[in-house]
Amino acid sequence: MDQPFDDDAALIDVYSPADGAREIQMTPDKAAFVKALHSLCGDNMITDSARLAVYETDGLTAKRRLPWIVVKPGTIAEVQAIVKLCHTHSVPIVARGAGTGLSGGAMPHDEGVLLSLARFNRVLSVDEAGMTARVEPGVTNLGITAAVQHLGLYYAPDPSSQIACTIGGNVAENSGGVHCLKYGLTVHNVAALKVVSPEGDIYDLGSEALDAAGLDLLALMHGSEGMLGIVVEVTVRLLARPPSVCVALAAFADVASAAKAVGDIIASGILPAGLEMMDQLAIRAAEAFVHAGYPEEAGALLLCELDGTPTDLKRLAVRMEALLRDSGSTGVTIAWDEAERARLWQGRKAAFPAVGRISPDYYCMDGTIPRRALPDVLNEIGALSTAFGLRVANVFHAGDGNLHPLILYDANKTDELQRAEAFGGRILELCIERGGTITGEHGVGAEKIDQMCIQFTDDERTVFFGVKACFDPTGILNPGKAIPTLSRCAEFGAMHVHRGQEPHPELERF
Amino acid sequence: MSDSTSILRDQVAQAAGRSSPLRIVGGNSKHFYGNPQPCEYETLKTGIHSGVMDYAPEELMLRVRAGTPLAEVKSLLGQEGQMLGFEPPDFGGNATMGGVVAAGLSGPRRPSAGSVRDFVLGITLLTGDATVLSFGGQVMKNVAGYDVSRLMTGAMGTLGVILDISLKVLPRPGEELTWCRRADAAADESLLGQLRRNGLGLSATATVGDRFYVRASAEADVEGDVVDGALWDRLANQQLSAFEGGNLWRISVPRTAPTFMEQAAVVEWEGALRWLLDPAEDPRQTFAGAGVSGHATLFRSDEGDRDDRFHPLDPLVGQIHRRLKQQFDPVGIFNPGRVNWYSNAN
Ligand SMILES: Cc1cc2nc3c(=O)[nH]c(=O)nc-3n(C[C@H](O)[C@H](O)[C@H](O)COP(=O)(O)OP(=O)(O)OC[C@H]3O[C@@H](n4cnc5c(N)ncnc54)[C@H](O)[C@@H]3O)c2cc1C
Repeated sequence: MDQPFDDDAALIDVYSPADGAREIQMTPDKAAFVKALHSLCGDNMITDSARLAVYETDGLTAKRRLPWIVVKPGTIAEVQAIVKLCHTHSVPIVARGAGTGLSGGAMPHDEGVLLSLARFNRVLSVDEAGMTARVEPGVTNLGITAAVQHLGLYYAPDPSSQIACTIGGNVAENSGGVHCLKYGLTVHNVAALKVVSPEGDIYDLGSEALDAAGLDLLALMHGSEGMLGIVVEVTVRLLARPPSVCVALAAFADVASAAKAVGDIIASGILPAGLEMMDQLAIRAAEAFVHAGYPEEAGALLLCELDGTPTDLKRLAVRMEALLRDSGSTGVTIAWDEAERARLWQGRKAAFPAVGRISPDYYCMDGTIPRRALPDVLNEIGALSTAFGLRVANVFHAGDGNLHPLILYDANKTDELQRAEAFGGRILELCIERGGTITGEHGVGAEKIDQMCIQFTDDERTVFFGVKACFDPTGILNPGKAIPTLSRCAEFGAMHVHRGQEPHPELERF
Repeated sequence: MSDSTSILRDQVAQAAGRSSPLRIVGGNSKHFYGNPQPCEYETLKTGIHSGVMDYAPEELMLRVRAGTPLAEVKSLLGQEGQMLGFEPPDFGGNATMGGVVAAGLSGPRRPSAGSVRDFVLGITLLTGDATVLSFGGQVMKNVAGYDVSRLMTGAMGTLGVILDISLKVLPRPGEELTWCRRADAAADESLLGQLRRNGLGLSATATVGDRFYVRASAEADVEGDVVDGALWDRLANQQLSAFEGGNLWRISVPRTAPTFMEQAAVVEWEGALRWLLDPAEDPRQTFAGAGVSGHATLFRSDEGDRDDRFHPLDPLVGQIHRRLKQQFDPVGIFNPGRVNWYSNAN
């Protein structure tokens, strides 16, 4: 299989809008393919570079590439026909939901078809008693809750991108949100999928029952980044809205004491619905943007949401406030009414765009570590920030140990993007060294290919290729993403020292 | 308490070299589950590979070797006010954690807390070519690589030997009570709706004969008699007389589906799990009809030679199963025949 990501430099800025029509080497087979595709898709096929440009990147804007062709089918039968045609002509397929992914998962293949599921935006049915909803893959995450909230129900996983991102993309990345500590990730909240195979056939995984016959392919499909099949229908599980909710906002002098409080809360037996942390840079950026009333002098903030029955919650809130103060909080506010809670959350939910206002560009990382390593790792990220000469804001899912360091850079300054990427890579290696992982919820995509070489052995990566081949023997689905080839890792290994050791080869250079 | 990786690896390497089948056994507590296997198969005993590798209550994370007894894990977690959220059955008390994960059977708390696979964070696996591989990890969120550890959950040891498992654990909920009352489908369903809407910690249900049992937070004000919560353990381990018979079928359906609701001897999981005793016909025929979703497993049988106990798979899904088996266990040495997912009939 070709490895389009072996030359990352070539990915950056390959497209300039001034370009004319795209030059594609038209073989007779390709010409026949285009003709057949056009007869399937008609107006829902895009080939001119101005319109293709919309699809050249996802949320990881540093990596760009024009697709050869974009198609936007509207029915499952159309998807099947398109996929079958691509299979016959060995044309790669990259599925795309809303393109909010942060690891380049939906980055196009330059000789492939980008399959947009955007037109699949209908909620098909809601089963109130069974507490499930059957939806098309292009429905937005928030769109599901919007369709069921009049029934007192909601769909739990809530990525910050929830107004835009699609449920199909959520399945492909196994996305999380601020409430997954208690309510789980996408994989915990999906009952069934309808999948189109790379040959264009269709099969079901799971059902509204609580388990299915055979191996758990439903779980395997989650987080598979569009490399095992095209998801064309999703049945999600819904939950009843909790009767009462409160949110505590606790200020701390520094990130280390906030991190310690996180451990204390969990150890006390309280399972918060959400437990988020922001450091000083993130607090100030958010405050300047949305005026949530955050204490700007604080070194770190914790947002801790509890839910339950009114009686239970009163008791818990008192306990939690005491815990937070005992762990060194310099000030705790508890919000009970909905408007006040929304205000406290607003700063957190707007944190990414808020950071976007204080820097021309930022690069969002996504490692997970055991919670006990939080103080150490945050301190080390601080030290790396000085060494690399780039600021970093931390705003993340503390309860899950899922870090999102936002590295601030300016793409127009020589070197800054490369430096940001090297810094990011170093953070991911730090996560592995501390017993964690290079991605908690954003996926490997085109971005973390090299770090996969560190987290997994050759044998383990060979198994990943084997699993991929069980679903997609000819490898036409999203080729080149997520799993690096052995040769790529051998090359990468020549530059880096592996597992367990702590080299800082980049540091000397800056 | 010891690491026996190398012993197990050697045994697998030798068996693979001779292409001779291995029956993987932990505590043998679920010997009745799955298709019968010829007794001449060599046994691979995971019980020798046991011990808690890491337990950090404040991380809600437990890592244990496969041979660690479930009972030991329960008592360890209990001391810290924690539990396995999926309340696995132990069928007689000898269950090991490897078997719990390989069988993938969850107990009464499953509908509210999640299933075994929902709590699996990572697995170390011994594959058919005797290599030791790690997938997933010890952290709550991890999407690096395909989710092979969840794939192993419920695979019945047919894809490899699970060496160790990392699991998410949960704090025990506040005080819970169990109520019993006369079963009445409509009234029971409306009670469940109320408990859910009011966040009253609904955590188990069962209909046994004409009795309906429900477990929820002590705060809930359920009409009925408060009874001993030890019932749930007996239910999970099928120690109630309602389970006694020749052929016991496990029927997994959408919770509100009518399928076998009337005939079921026991109904659990808010309706989603139904147990059927000695039906006149193979219940799987019912699922062949359009619009009937779910599956049926012959869970226990006094017909020792029944080798089709699991629900047939859709042909395409069956093809993926056969390829996965080939990938992880190319020589076909792990628990051959224990499940009927890999046969061409699927
Ligand atoms: C501001 C911001 C905040 C974010 N916050 C969070 C957060 O809190 N938590 C979190 O987990 N993520 C977060 N994300 C990341 C992103 O929103 C998620 O990964 C989301 O699930 C992607 O959905 P999408 O529809 O945009 O998918 P895309 O970006 O279009 O695609 C993502 C991957 O899914 C595949 N794919 C898409 N649809 C299908 C399908 N139907 N079948 C098969 N494969 C498919 C694509 O090929 C690609 O590999 C955030 C992103 C942004 C920009």
